[in-house]
Amino acid sequence: MSATLPLAQADAPLPAARRDVAPLLLVPVVALAALPFMSLPTWITLTVAGLAMGMMIFIMASGLTLVFGLMSVLNFGHGAFVSVGAFTATLVLLPMRGWLEMDSLPANLGALGLAVLLAMLVTAILGWVFERVVIMPVYGQHLKQILVTMGGMIVSEQAINVIWGAEQIALPLPAALRGAVFLGDAAIEKYRLLAVVVGLAVFAVLFITLNRTRIGLLIRAGVENGEMVEALGYRIRRLFVGVFAAGSALAGLGGVMWGLYKETLVAHMGSEIMVLTFIVIIIGGLGSVGGCFIGSLLIALVGNYAGFLAPKVALVSNIVLMIAVLLWRPAGLYAKGRN
Amino acid sequence: MAPLSPRDCLKTILPMSEPILTLSGVHTHIGQYHILQGVDLVVPRGGLAVLLGRNGAGKTTTLRTIMGLWRASRGSIVFDGRDITRLSTPDIARAGIAYVPESMAVFSELTVRENLYLAARSGPLDAARVDWICGFFPALKKFWHTPAGNLSGGQKQMVAIARALVEPRKLLLVDEPTKGLAPAIIQSLMAAFRDLKDTSTTILLVEQNFNFVRTLGDTVAVMDDGRVVHAGLMHDLSGDEALQQRLLGLSLDAHQ
Repeated sequence: MSATLPLAQADAPLPAARRDVAPLLLVPVVALAALPFMSLPTWITLTVAGLAMGMMIFIMASGLTLVFGLMSVLNFGHGAFVSVGAFTATLVLLPMRGWLEMDSLPANLGALGLAVLLAMLVTAILGWVFERVVIMPVYGQHLKQILVTMGGMIVSEQAINVIWGAEQIALPLPAALRGAVFLGDAAIEKYRLLAVVVGLAVFAVLFITLNRTRIGLLIRAGVENGEMVEALGYRIRRLFVGVFAAGSALAGLGGVMWGLYKETLVAHMGSEIMVLTFIVIIIGGLGSVGGCFIGSLLIALVGNYAGFLAPKVALVSNIVLMIAVLLWRPAGLYAKGRN
Repeated sequence: MAPLSPRDCLKTILPMSEPILTLSGVHTHIGQYHILQGVDLVVPRGGLAVLLGRNGAGKTTTLRTIMGLWRASRGSIVFDGRDITRLSTPDIARAGIAYVPESMAVFSELTVRENLYLAARSGPLDAARVDWICGFFPALKKFWHTPAGNLSGGQKQMVAIARALVEPRKLLLVDEPTKGLAPAIIQSLMAAFRDLKDTSTTILLVEQNFNFVRTLGDTVAVMDDGRVVHAGLMHDLSGDEALQQRLLGLSLDAHQ
């Protein structure tokens, strides 16, 4: 075992390993840029509301970006899991209305926790079935993926109408999460604070899973080169199904959060949010969870500020932001290597 | 008497050496293209076998077909006494074959350590084994926590080979490791392969660079137009310039 590489060659200077922080700075830059145009309390209220909305979008979009990154599947049916998650939660929340009306945070969160668990379980199972039945026959065929997943979403929405009826369902916030807390003169809705906490928790779990566990490393490796992951002896098909189910469960969680935010449920709530989630994952870079996180916050903050300052501009702010980002970085904020 | 096929030639030359890998009449289609047109190849157990041939001869396709990345449409592939023709790629890898593709395919976002960690399927990295590998490639230690995407081409090649060695495997398939590398790095790789030959791992090395493999290889097969057109001892081929010119004319011109 005497062979060694000559140090002059092997230790040749590396290209500088730069940490790409520019996208990370976008969020504070956008937030601070809006500050001169409004009062401080208004800015705080809008910023927290934007962060909360961004977190909810992130929860719904994170699964979609992982599914696209790993499996190269354009799942236009992702919104169905948002709707199914929200409606499934009503199976717990409506019978436990008494718990939600109690002015007790633990009781409220207990009922919510149960609803979230059920919603995530149902959407994970549904995601697993969806991958086996709808997605598997069309791997590698993007046009067919768009058609069958759109079809899957339409079928799901109609199934919701059959099961829960076509009327919208009221989903009031739990008593302890209604109203606002005040930071000086700035009103911050309690539920939005919860959304920020849940969003940060989901991001932390995803971050740790992707960076500190073997399964996470495999997912990241699979996003870059699934063939090589197989050549190392791992069954990437199982990884696909697991990620699809997990992504669907996250969409289900996002659906519960979004439903409580809107306080009403309709079958097409998932399809309504799909455009936003696609914009977010394109801005973030397809397959990048970190990019998806930043993209979600940017979209929500810009939408909020624009809605306050120039309501008509808010209608196109998402698209303008996406175009601006893509002009700067055509593959999104954090482009993933693909093979 | 009918002429011997390249595979039978090798069997005649190496009658005592039990093959670790045998391809018999392997055909591979990629879309409408018929790439491998009946490949017969025997890789003796132990040592280093070389697969030579010009661009487009089917060398890479042969390795990918062995790994199950492309399916053989006809013929059989027997590895270590077991028919692996219809096995999935993960099952083939688990049977004991490691693969270093032409593109190196290191996971650029993952650090060197993480690249090796993923290749260690059975558990955590074996420190003694890592030290052994770093004996070949000391630079790996220096860049242990560096994302592989930040490394130079030669360093990535080290990571790709180290990844294939991180756990003991019976057969190592290496596709054109010298492609695009500086001469000094090629010399270093040559030294590493020379030492690897002393281990129990059999190596099947695909190359176009005859000068790289002429002193390394124990046996050699030459491909052309999707078939093996010559098989024998490397010693015989490297000592026969006329045969080299006939089999490898273009390749030799390109690399001398």
